[in-house]
Amino acid sequence: MTTIETPRSGKIGSGKVAPKYNRSGSSRGNFEMIAWLFMRLSGIVLVVLIFGHLFVNLLVGEGIHAIDFGFVAGKWADPFWQFWDLAMLWLAMLHGTNGVRTIINDYAEKDSTRFWLKMVLYAATLVIIILGTLVIFTFNPCPVVDGVQLPGGFCPAP
Amino acid sequence: MPTKPAGTLYRGREGMWSWVGHRITGVVIFFFLLVHVLDTSLVRVSPEAYTAVIGAYKNPLMALGETGLVAAIIFHAFNGLRVIAIDFWKKGAKYQRQMLWIVLALWLVTFAGFAIRHLSLALGGH
Repeated sequence: MTTIETPRSGKIGSGKVAPKYNRSGSSRGNFEMIAWLFMRLSGIVLVVLIFGHLFVNLLVGEGIHAIDFGFVAGKWADPFWQFWDLAMLWLAMLHGTNGVRTIINDYAEKDSTRFWLKMVLYAATLVIIILGTLVIFTFNPCPVVDGVQLPGGFCPAP
Repeated sequence: MPTKPAGTLYRGREGMWSWVGHRITGVVIFFFLLVHVLDTSLVRVSPEAYTAVIGAYKNPLMALGETGLVAAIIFHAFNGLRVIAIDFWKKGAKYQRQMLWIVLALWLVTFAGFAIRHLSLALGGH
């Protein structure tokens, strides 16, 4: 009778064993497949969004020298750039969070370590996404405190 | 007596090293992103706070840092498209090695273009 070798284990009797999977399984349905697909779809969109972001902010005109409060105010006066930056924020944060989640799952072997690293990750993600979204939508190009305009604001001529 | 795990099928050469590069650049970009959202959020504090912090970015050291970051972004972007091609194109796995060299060639051209423009703006006289 022919002996069929175990894949990845080398010759039987070589003393090598296949890596053993010893984590408890979970019943998360097809979450991992959705996450896998999301990485690819968001990745394509992010290439366009981020290359566009870098081009417009760093390579056009006088590049980085042009970036100040007025530059941001000028961009966010346009719903096009508000939406662009919002899409970039959400997609990049979710894409990056899922990437780091994968890395934590790969390298943190203790159940509790893995759990807490991911909790810290998700907390950071939540804070950054909420903060960024609020900033984009509550941005005021001409901030006024107690009836006095803050210096450096982007105010229309009176 | 079993001693140590056997090697996996996926070890060494272009496949593994592109994967390592993808992970490292991904983590670098993610941590930058956290900081970048925080610094941009300063526009909500005050115009002066934002302009002051952005002003601190405008020095030669940060210009080099930005250039390195963009090098990581360009690699991650092009190699990510290669990963998509490996997964969805039926000949993707067969040509993964050739595609990595295409990625590296595109990376070099794109990065050179960016670096020349950005560094001459950032370091040049204003």
